[in-house]
Amino acid sequence: MGTVAKIIAQRLGLGILTLFIVSIVIFTAVNMLPGDFAESILGQGATPEAVAAIRRDLGLDQSPVSRYFDWLGGAVRGDFGSSFAQANFASFTGSDSGSGLTSVAQQIAPRFANTMFLASVAAIIAVPLSLTLGVLAALFRNSVFDRVVNIATLSSISSPEFFLAYVLILVFAVLNPWLPSLSNIYEGMSFPERLEKTLLPALTLTLVVTAHMMRMTRAAIINLLASPYIEMARLKGLSPMRVILRHALPNALAPIVNVVALNLAYLITGVVVVEVVFVYPGIGQLFVDSVKIRDIPVVQACCLIFAAAYILLNLTADILSILSNPRLRHPR
Amino acid sequence: MILAYLLIGFLGLLFLGWALRAAGRGLIGSPYFRDMGLSVAFGYMLAVALVALLAWGYWLSRFAPPEIAPRYFFLRIAIEGLVLFALAGWLFRALGRTLGTAGSRKVFRAMPVTAAFGILVILLYAIVAIFAPLLAPYGQDQVLATANVVPGGDPALGGNPDFPLGTDQIGRDILSRLIFGAQNTVGFAFVTTCLAFLLGGTLGFLAAVLGGWLDQLLSRFVDVLMAIPSLIFALLLMAIASAWAGSERWLLTLYMVVIIAVIDSTRVYRLSRAVGQNIVVMDYIEAAKLRGEGLGYLIFKEILPNAYAPLLAEFGLRFCFVFLTIAALSFLGVGIQPPLADWGTMVRDLAAFINYAAFAPQAASPPLLAAGAIALLTVAVNFVVDWMLYSSSGLKE
Repeated sequence: MGTVAKIIAQRLGLGILTLFIVSIVIFTAVNMLPGDFAESILGQGATPEAVAAIRRDLGLDQSPVSRYFDWLGGAVRGDFGSSFAQANFASFTGSDSGSGLTSVAQQIAPRFANTMFLASVAAIIAVPLSLTLGVLAALFRNSVFDRVVNIATLSSISSPEFFLAYVLILVFAVLNPWLPSLSNIYEGMSFPERLEKTLLPALTLTLVVTAHMMRMTRAAIINLLASPYIEMARLKGLSPMRVILRHALPNALAPIVNVVALNLAYLITGVVVVEVVFVYPGIGQLFVDSVKIRDIPVVQACCLIFAAAYILLNLTADILSILSNPRLRHPR
Repeated sequence: MILAYLLIGFLGLLFLGWALRAAGRGLIGSPYFRDMGLSVAFGYMLAVALVALLAWGYWLSRFAPPEIAPRYFFLRIAIEGLVLFALAGWLFRALGRTLGTAGSRKVFRAMPVTAAFGILVILLYAIVAIFAPLLAPYGQDQVLATANVVPGGDPALGGNPDFPLGTDQIGRDILSRLIFGAQNTVGFAFVTTCLAFLLGGTLGFLAAVLGGWLDQLLSRFVDVLMAIPSLIFALLLMAIASAWAGSERWLLTLYMVVIIAVIDSTRVYRLSRAVGQNIVVMDYIEAAKLRGEGLGYLIFKEILPNAYAPLLAEFGLRFCFVFLTIAALSFLGVGIQPPLADWGTMVRDLAAFINYAAFAPQAASPPLLAAGAIALLTVAVNFVVDWMLYSSSGLKE
C-alpha cells in the first residue's frame, strides 16, 4: 500500500505545481494586453486624476509580481477581485474606492453551480449509455449493429457541437414542441422544471461524449478477448454475454474508468459552445461574454476555474488508473 | 405517459422477437435460429420497427396533406442525403476498383464504403475551395437588392430562381457565401494545421534527437500548455489578440491562425517526439551518426520518412480539431472576421431561422446547411483516418 500512497502523493503534488504554473501563464498572458486598463476604460478624454484613481481602485499601480500574488492569494480564498464592467460604472459615479463593485466571485458562483448541474445531468445520461453501447458493440462485434453504431458514433464525435445542438433543437423543440430551446434558469426553480430546461443542452453534450467513451469501452473489451482466460471461459461453455460481463469487463475497467474521467474533463470545456447555443446561464457563457467585452478579472477567473477543473479530472483519471492496477495494489 | 408507450413498445417488440425466433425454429429449423438469443431477436425487431418508422415518415413527407408534410421535410432530406451519400461512396469505390494503376485498384478493393465516401468528400471540398471564385455566382460580401429570399428557388414560397439557396438578412447570396466559406474556413484550417505541424514536428524531432536539457525544457513547457483546455486557452488569447488588433479585422484573423497553430503544435510535439524517440534508438540512426551526418540530414532523411504513417493520420485528426476550433471560435464571434464568409459565423447569423422549421422548412435550412457543411468534412476526414489507423494497426479481432 505504501508505494500506491507515494505515487498518489507525487501525482497530487505534480497537479498542484501544474496549477500554479498554469496560473502564472494565465496571468502573464493577460498582462500582455496593450496599453493600460484605466485608460482604455475611460477613453481618450480622461483626466490624469481619473486615470490615477481607477488605477488605484484596481490596484494597477503595483508591480506585476505583487499583483500576481495578490490575485493568486485572493483566488485561493475564493476572492477573484471585482469585475471591470462594474468598476467602470462605479468610478464614473464617483463612489469610494471599492464600494459599489460587484465581486467576480458573486458573479461566478451561481453560474458555476448551473454549469456543474448541466455537466452532471449529461454525465448521468452519458456514462451508463456509453458503457451499455460499448458492451453491446463488443458482444456483436463486426455485425451490422456494430458497424451502424460505429458510423453513428464517429459522425457524432466529429460534428461540431453547435450542429448537434441545432439538430436537437430542430427535432425536439421546433418540429415537435416537447422541450424548450432556451434554458432560462433562475433561482428558486423547482427541480423537474429545471431538469426540463437543462435536458436539451445535456443531451447535446451526451451525444458528444458518449461516442468517445463507447468506442474506448468497445476497444478495451475487444483487446482482452484474445487472452487465454477468455478462451477458457468460452470453452467452459459460458454464454458470450456472460464471458464479457463477468470475465472481460472487470479487467477492462481501468482504461474505461480512465476514459470516463477524461471525457468528464472534456465536458467541462465542451460546455462553452453548448451554453451559448441554448443561452444557458453557466460559466461558459459568462466566459465568452467577458472575452467579448474584455472584462479581464472575469476572464482570468473563469480561465483558472476551467483549468483547475480540467487538471483535477485528469489527475483523478491518473489516480484511478493507478488504483485499478492490481500489480500496484498488491505489491509482492 | 411517454414511459407507458415506451414500455408497451418494448414489450411488443420483445414478443415479436420471441415469435420470430419460434417461427424460425418451427418453419426453417436451421441452427441459426436455435442458437439465437432473445436479445438478438429483439434487436432484429427493433431494427425492423425503426426502418418502418423512417419509411412511414418519408411517405408522409411526400404524400401527406400540406399542413403536415413540412414537418417531415428534414427527415426526407436526411434520408435522401444518407442514401445518396452511401450510393456516391459505393460508386466512387467501384470506379476506383476498375480505373487506375494496379496499386491504386488494390487499395480501393480493401476499402470500406465509408472511407471511399470520405475520400470523395475531401476531393470535392478541395475542388470547391480552390475554384471558389469561379464557382460562386456572386461575391462573398456582395450585398444584393433583395434580402431574406427563401431557399429553394420557388417563387410561390418566397424564393427566387436567381438565388437557389436564398439570401441572408442583409441580402448576401447564401450559396456564394457557402462556396467562399469552403475557401476561407477550410483554407485557414489547412494553413493552421500545416503551421502547427511545422512547429510541433520540428521541435518534437529536435527534442527526440538532441535529448538532454532541451528535451526537458520543451516537454515541461508543453505539459503546462496542455494542462489548459485548448478552447478556453484559445478564447483567452483571442481576447488579448482582439485588443492588439484593434479595428484591423484581418489582423485578428491572422492572430487566430497563429494562436491555434501554437496551441495545437503542443499535441503534434508530443506525438512526433514519441515517434522520433522510437526511431532514434534504431541502428540505422547510429550508422548515420557515425557517418558524420548533420542534424538536418538525420531529421529529414532518416526520421521523417519512417515517421510518415503516424504523422499522416495525426494530420487528419489535427486538421479536424483545428477546423472545429476555428468554426467554434467563429460561431462565438471571435474567429474569422467579416467581410470574409465562413461557416461558423454563418451558423450564428442565420440561427434564428430554425424557429420557422415547423411551417416553412426551406426558410429554416440555411443555418443547418452551413453547420452541416462543417460536419460533413470532419466526418469524412474521420472516416478516412479511422480506416487508415485500422488498416495500419492490423487489429482484426
